[in-house]
Amino acid sequence: MELLSFGDTGWGDELFLATLMTIAVSIAAMAIGFVFALIFTPLKLSKNKTLNLIGNCYTTIIRGVPELLVIYLLFFGGTGAVMYVASIFGYDGYIEINAFITGALAIGIISGAYSTEVFRGAILSIDKGQFEASQVLGIKKSIQFYKVILPQMLRLSIPNLSNVWQITLKDTSLISVTGLVEIMRQSYIAAGSTRDPLFFYSVAAVLYLVLTFLSMKIINKLEIRFNKGY
Amino acid sequence: MISIFPSLLNGTVITFKLLISSMFFGLLIGLFFAILRINNNPLINKFAYGYSYFFRGTPLLVQLYLIYYGLANIEFLRNSFLWVVIREPYWCAIIAFSLNTGAYTSEILRSAFQTIKEGYIEAAQSLGVSKKITFYKIQIPIAIKQSLPAYGNEIILMLKGTSLASVITIMDLMGEARKVNVLTFKPFEAFITAGIIYLFLTFIIHNIVKYLEKKYGFQT
Repeated sequence: MELLSFGDTGWGDELFLATLMTIAVSIAAMAIGFVFALIFTPLKLSKNKTLNLIGNCYTTIIRGVPELLVIYLLFFGGTGAVMYVASIFGYDGYIEINAFITGALAIGIISGAYSTEVFRGAILSIDKGQFEASQVLGIKKSIQFYKVILPQMLRLSIPNLSNVWQITLKDTSLISVTGLVEIMRQSYIAAGSTRDPLFFYSVAAVLYLVLTFLSMKIINKLEIRFNKGY
Repeated sequence: MISIFPSLLNGTVITFKLLISSMFFGLLIGLFFAILRINNNPLINKFAYGYSYFFRGTPLLVQLYLIYYGLANIEFLRNSFLWVVIREPYWCAIIAFSLNTGAYTSEILRSAFQTIKEGYIEAAQSLGVSKKITFYKIQIPIAIKQSLPAYGNEIILMLKGTSLASVITIMDLMGEARKVNVLTFKPFEAFITAGIIYLFLTFIIHNIVKYLEKKYGFQT
């Protein structure tokens, strides 16, 4: 227990900050994923063959390759790409992209692919009458989406989005390979300097369990709230 | 570009071996825990639930580190015959992956067991088939058939999971790609080629499962 005390002697405060970092990266990744999902869901549902193909390529490729690969590609490739672009503008120095940004972006791209599938499923399960009724009432397409389809889509997708959130939360542990100090990285450092890996990785496991447990509780509350009218 | 292929193919073989062995042990573990889960004894039931909760609630990387770095820390294990197994990163990876996929498989099989129509079991009972034979000859085959689509997804998830073996020094496909990246400073070539191989493997697994579903799938 001494190892977990707060202050200079223990790892309690470091691990606490690392937990906050994990939560921050997960939320950022989830938000980035939503942006991707809102772009690619219409593409996947589109009747245009080319747009459809683009949407399908995104979800198939991202869900078919390991998460670690996406992270490495962005981490190693991203720096090179940014430096290449900078060199066109005449800057030849070394540019290091923030680990938080690459990490959140990489996990966001992955969780976006899962969210896209969830949203697609939700829209497909909305009753056709809803679309027809709003058309009959003369509601414009854009307003139809925001006021009629989107609220229903969100309600229907909450149970599956909670799965996506769990996956995203666990995937953030992979960002530790890029050096971002979240739970996994901090445990690795602590385990290395105290030579007690069993203890610190157990603590990491418990922290992740607590996070998944708490998020389940919160999501269940949300679900009840969103289902009020039904 | 062509010169990196042989090393990546070597890595693919390792990835494939890791996948096959962890899926095999995972299926056994999953079946075992699924049977415990449908048991009526609350204690056994809770134990099986705890197992699947732990392995589904924590990242695979934590489990891998716990087994690879953590177990080696226990003096008792280091002096026992088990040390031969847990000092090898390859076996640690297989243990971690098997336990992980076992937890997911147990959930898949459990839900399959629970959705078996009562009628089948009642029919077997009225024909005088013993409980044991009903379980082995009726419930298990139906459960396996019903869980094929979900299990196919689990195989693909595990294929992606095996890439984590590279962080504990195993030269699987991901490890080889990392080595190529370090040696050549060409991240795009290395990782995109590896990505294409992974996609190809996913594609093959997907189609095999689809074929099995068509052939043995359970029509309700």
